[in-house]
Amino acid sequence: MGRYLLRRVAQSMVTLVLATMVVFAGVRALPGDPARALAGEENDPARIAAVRAKYGLDDAVWLQYWHYLTNSLTGDFGTSVRTNIPVAEMLKSALPVTIELSLLSLSVAALIGVLTGVLAAVRRGHPAEWLSNAFALLGLSVPNFWLGLMAILYLSVALAIFPASGHVPFFEDPVANLHHMVLPALVLGTGLAAVIMRQTRSSMLDALGTDYIRTARAKGLAERTVIGVHALRNSLIVVVTIVGLQLGALISGAVVTERIFGLPGFGKLTVDSVFQRDYPVIQGVVLVTASAYILINLLVDLLYSLIDPRIRVQGEAA
Amino acid sequence: MSTPSTNAPTGRRRPNAGDGPELVPTHSDEPLLQVRDLTVGFRTEDGRVSAVDQVSFDARAGELLAVVGESGCGKSVAATALSGLLPHNATVTGSVRLDGVELVGASPDQLRAVRGKEIAYIFQEPMTSLNPVFTVGRQVAEVLRVHEGMNRRDAMSRAVELLELVGIPTPRERIKHYPHQLSGGLRQRVMIAMAVACNPRVLVADEPTTALDVTVQAGILDVLRDMRDRLGAAVVLITHDLGVVADVADRVMVMYAGRVVERGEVHELFERPRHHYTVGLLGAVPSARTADGQQRLREIPGLVPTLAEQPDACTFADRCPAASDKCRSSQPRLDVAPASRHEVACWHPAGTDRAEVPA
Ligand SMILES: Nc1ncnc2c1ncn2[C@@H]1O[C@H](COP(=O)(O)OP(=O)(O)OP(=O)(O)O)[C@@H](O)[C@H]1O
Ligand SMILES: [Mg+2]
Repeated sequence: MGRYLLRRVAQSMVTLVLATMVVFAGVRALPGDPARALAGEENDPARIAAVRAKYGLDDAVWLQYWHYLTNSLTGDFGTSVRTNIPVAEMLKSALPVTIELSLLSLSVAALIGVLTGVLAAVRRGHPAEWLSNAFALLGLSVPNFWLGLMAILYLSVALAIFPASGHVPFFEDPVANLHHMVLPALVLGTGLAAVIMRQTRSSMLDALGTDYIRTARAKGLAERTVIGVHALRNSLIVVVTIVGLQLGALISGAVVTERIFGLPGFGKLTVDSVFQRDYPVIQGVVLVTASAYILINLLVDLLYSLIDPRIRVQGEAA
Repeated sequence: MSTPSTNAPTGRRRPNAGDGPELVPTHSDEPLLQVRDLTVGFRTEDGRVSAVDQVSFDARAGELLAVVGESGCGKSVAATALSGLLPHNATVTGSVRLDGVELVGASPDQLRAVRGKEIAYIFQEPMTSLNPVFTVGRQVAEVLRVHEGMNRRDAMSRAVELLELVGIPTPRERIKHYPHQLSGGLRQRVMIAMAVACNPRVLVADEPTTALDVTVQAGILDVLRDMRDRLGAAVVLITHDLGVVADVADRVMVMYAGRVVERGEVHELFERPRHHYTVGLLGAVPSARTADGQQRLREIPGLVPTLAEQPDACTFADRCPAASDKCRSSQPRLDVAPASRHEVACWHPAGTDRAEVPA
């Protein structure tokens, strides 16, 4: 386990360094003067000179990269050219919103998806299977934005159960925070829930036909143990992999969802900074997003190896 | 052999002595497991498949019954049907009585109480029969926790003892291992430890040694013998290996295409096989030692038929040297030969004059 973990962490570090290189090269690969881009396209010579000095743009490229790397590592992502607020601060206020939204919808999706998936596999030929399948098809085919708009229209405007938009920080008022988050989380999680449901159903059906499930039954275990422990644990190996692959979609889905529900998260920051050509902010956003992907992948791999001992002990058996 | 053990069932007296084909009980008490007319069909995409047809047999405490027959003749299906472990597409009729209690059509709760506790299995496939994501210790302990109500720690230390009992070296280390870290032989021993954990009264071993090398085989057969002799279990051993049968079995049951065609005490049956299928099986013993050191069933020309319905005829007729018109138009039933405990389902049994001269 230790060796495997170390190797995976090292791999992630390498990927992360590569990501910083791409981000670093990105702005410099733009046609024209990178100082001008970083200064925000205004032709204020003083400002351009300041940016040039700050980033050492006259230095050798490797030295520039080194500065960029050390600055990023110390949390200095520069300053927004539009608002003059340090990029780090903007990231810090947007990130918790997106993380909360993603975690909430992931939990919702996992809960709904695994439950309905198991149900559909176990109750083959019953109405429960039919219902689960219909739900999955719907969840996969209905786009996020439409679902979000419908949710607002019916649940917020007509029935006034949930607020249509806005955000309250969790530590200010947890209840109000969750109240605002329920709809976005449900809307964002629906597609993922459908994917998880289908995956759970098919890997559950596979698992239920195996010899070790027959062994579990032959031992006299209760059916809920056979299904909920022996079969589910094996099905989850596949489900976790699929979820890992889908998390990218979740993050891009968050951009749309935050927009619809007016959440001041990462998605909103990304869209705003792109439209305003706020390069320092874009740089920070891209770097943080890339790091998040890498981190999530690492976590999924570790989770995967926790569930499946055949991966965990590979290194030791050799 | 077959000494009544202290563990013998305290079952009810047999209510009706003539209710089955098995007319010669060796003990005064009722057989532990009575199987009558067990019939299993599968619904498949290509229609119905008949896997087991009206199989009847008894398994007695302290006795080892060997079941032999070609691949696909329904041995495993009949064995798994005993405690209702077949997949949903199976239809099972007939009767399986354990100590007089009917198991065919019993409630899920009733069956759960029997499985692993009264009737335990060692399955044919050691490589895939253990759950890959749990340690073997946990999998052995689980059956103890369910049936003996042990807590986690007691069950684990009992699991260590059980692994030691079935001959696994360094059991204290091994309980922490996952199935993929063990060889086929060790996995099969884990399966056995799991099967014997609750001292089952019926132990069904489905080709427990087929996948393993000869030295491992001997150890596993010892465990089966031990279960029979020391704990007085009824052991049902399914095997292709006639050498093993001669070695450990008390009685033999020969199956062909889902039916029992011959049954008898092991020496009697080996010396005077009466069904022509059995004659064919035994034909090559003891010369047919294959490369892996096992005595395999001899090749008999032709194939075991896969049947949709069981015909009113002898299903072996097409491969039989003694077949007559009668064999193709009327099904022979298991019949006891006079003055022996030897039953055969054949119109022209071998060893009688008519056998060589088909009518
Ligand atoms: N789930 C199933 N669905 C359909 N047919 C099945 C199923 N399980 C078994 N059968 C059929 O039942 C018949 C008997 O199979 P079984 O496994 O009992 O044979 P066997 O005597 O144990 O053979 P072997 O010696 O190879 O283990 C076979 O023809 C098989 O194809
Ligand atoms: Mg078999």
